[in-house]
Amino acid sequence: MSNPRILGIAAFLLAVFVLVPVFINLTGRWDFYYTLTSVALLSVAAAGVWLTFYIGRINIGQGAYALTGGYVSAILITQYGVSFWVTLPVAGLFCALVSVVIGLPILRLRGVYFAMVTLVLTEVARLTALALPVTNGAKGITSIPLPGELSLFGLTIIPDFATLENPKLAFYLMAAVLMVLTYLVLWRIVNSRLGHLCRSLQQNEELSASIGVNTAMLRVLSYAISSFFGGLAGAIFVAISQSIYPSSFVVQDSVNFMLYCFVGGLGSVFGPMLGTLLLYFGWDLLSIAKEYQLLIYSGTMIALMLVLPNGVLSLLDRKGGRK
Amino acid sequence: MTAPILQVKGVTKRYGGLTANNDVTFDVAPREILSVIGPNGAGKSTLFKQIAGFVTPTTGEVIYKGNRISGLPPHKVARMGVVRTFQETTIFKSMTVRENIIVAHHLRSKASLLGFFFGTGQAQADEAEFAASADDIIDFLGLQAIRNEMASNLPQGHLRALGMAIGLATHPDVILLDEPFAGMNHDETMRMVNLVRRLRDERGLTVLLVEHDMPAVMKISDRIVCINFGEKIAEGTPAEIQANPRVIEAYLGSEDAAIGM
Repeated sequence: MSNPRILGIAAFLLAVFVLVPVFINLTGRWDFYYTLTSVALLSVAAAGVWLTFYIGRINIGQGAYALTGGYVSAILITQYGVSFWVTLPVAGLFCALVSVVIGLPILRLRGVYFAMVTLVLTEVARLTALALPVTNGAKGITSIPLPGELSLFGLTIIPDFATLENPKLAFYLMAAVLMVLTYLVLWRIVNSRLGHLCRSLQQNEELSASIGVNTAMLRVLSYAISSFFGGLAGAIFVAISQSIYPSSFVVQDSVNFMLYCFVGGLGSVFGPMLGTLLLYFGWDLLSIAKEYQLLIYSGTMIALMLVLPNGVLSLLDRKGGRK
Repeated sequence: MTAPILQVKGVTKRYGGLTANNDVTFDVAPREILSVIGPNGAGKSTLFKQIAGFVTPTTGEVIYKGNRISGLPPHKVARMGVVRTFQETTIFKSMTVRENIIVAHHLRSKASLLGFFFGTGQAQADEAEFAASADDIIDFLGLQAIRNEMASNLPQGHLRALGMAIGLATHPDVILLDEPFAGMNHDETMRMVNLVRRLRDERGLTVLLVEHDMPAVMKISDRIVCINFGEKIAEGTPAEIQANPRVIEAYLGSEDAAIGM
């Protein structure tokens, strides 16, 4: 790894874990914690969407897995008294499992057909949540306790969130750690042989198969990892809001996850992170435009896609040449 | 004739009412260069797809080294040693020439995907081996000058060579070349003919090819199988095929009509 890259990563980590909390402390803008926590979590889900883009599939169904992950966590906590920290990986794995079952048939589709089916998935998840007894229908699940203590061999690793004087900071740090880990995994996938194979799949599935790549397996694997991220993000969102409803994640959210990837750039691992930050803050900032908010927002989106079809991060490529 | 490496046995493929291949049978000997010829739409490509596992025969089977490979998915057929290159210049466009060839070494990786994720010793050894083998193939095909060129920027002739390089990277025993000489001028064709010969002579490959360029086919092939309307109508050495009245009628005859003779 080159020196500037290490510096860049160090600067990023410093900003996320030190500068942001210090800045918020100084300015007293505690609401920023909530915003940034959301950005971190949304970018985790968007990272999953990005991975499906990386195998050449347009995924507009991440909301379904965020919702599923959220419900899995909520149900396990409220009805079975399971610790939040256990439900977190379980929610991710459950989503991965569901995505394998769903992915096996639908990943045979390509292009707009796959996109259409995934678009429907979010709605299917919402309707399922409305209909099932275990999800408590439209009333949803509320008053979910905050994450409890996580201890290993009697050693407290993470204290009970309810006893903290500043749970907002705790949630922020948790989301940030998860985001960093997610992008570390994603970066590693893309820069290992797995990533090369995904690229081969994206560029030419037939040729990929003829050089001996088990394309069906690879597609399902990528989709499962993608959904795992979606489930994780969903579970933490539920822990923060302490409630979940069938409408917690809707089609609009699924579309947003996809837009985050587009805006940030499909060519770079960190595209979805940047895209989430820009769009989430951009939307908030535009609220001063009142009724023109949506108009300006969507107009900017269209302009961005025309001017920078490969996302904001493609600016770097243009300047520095191909990585 | 030695024991065949590949046997096509009564392969029939129907799409609804259309019969693309009807009861096609022939054997391929090890280290043989065998061409499949026939007019447009005769079912040559369909036949190739069935051998490489992209299409499952309606009836009949393809036997490779005693094992049935028809009906297996393409990646398994490739794993066994039968690899197809494509009619259209099919490559990974957004990768460099060298990256294309390295990726195509996938079959030979010993480390698991998880091993590659964590960068284990085996994974690193694999990567080093792939890189060395890729350079070897680049030298073999004379692609040194364009090794770091993006594949999307390459001209036709190089693209086809790259397609062949991708096929070679899987280290097949049998390579299926789909129209390797299409769109090439005489010099390029002769160079390609030489290259195909070297595949057999220096790398010990068995070569199956589908081709329209009759002079090239006659020059390069040990044997030729001629297909018309999905059925095999002749099989033999280039001299036998040239003298076969059914071939002349079906193939060369129609060609004459097409050019107004």
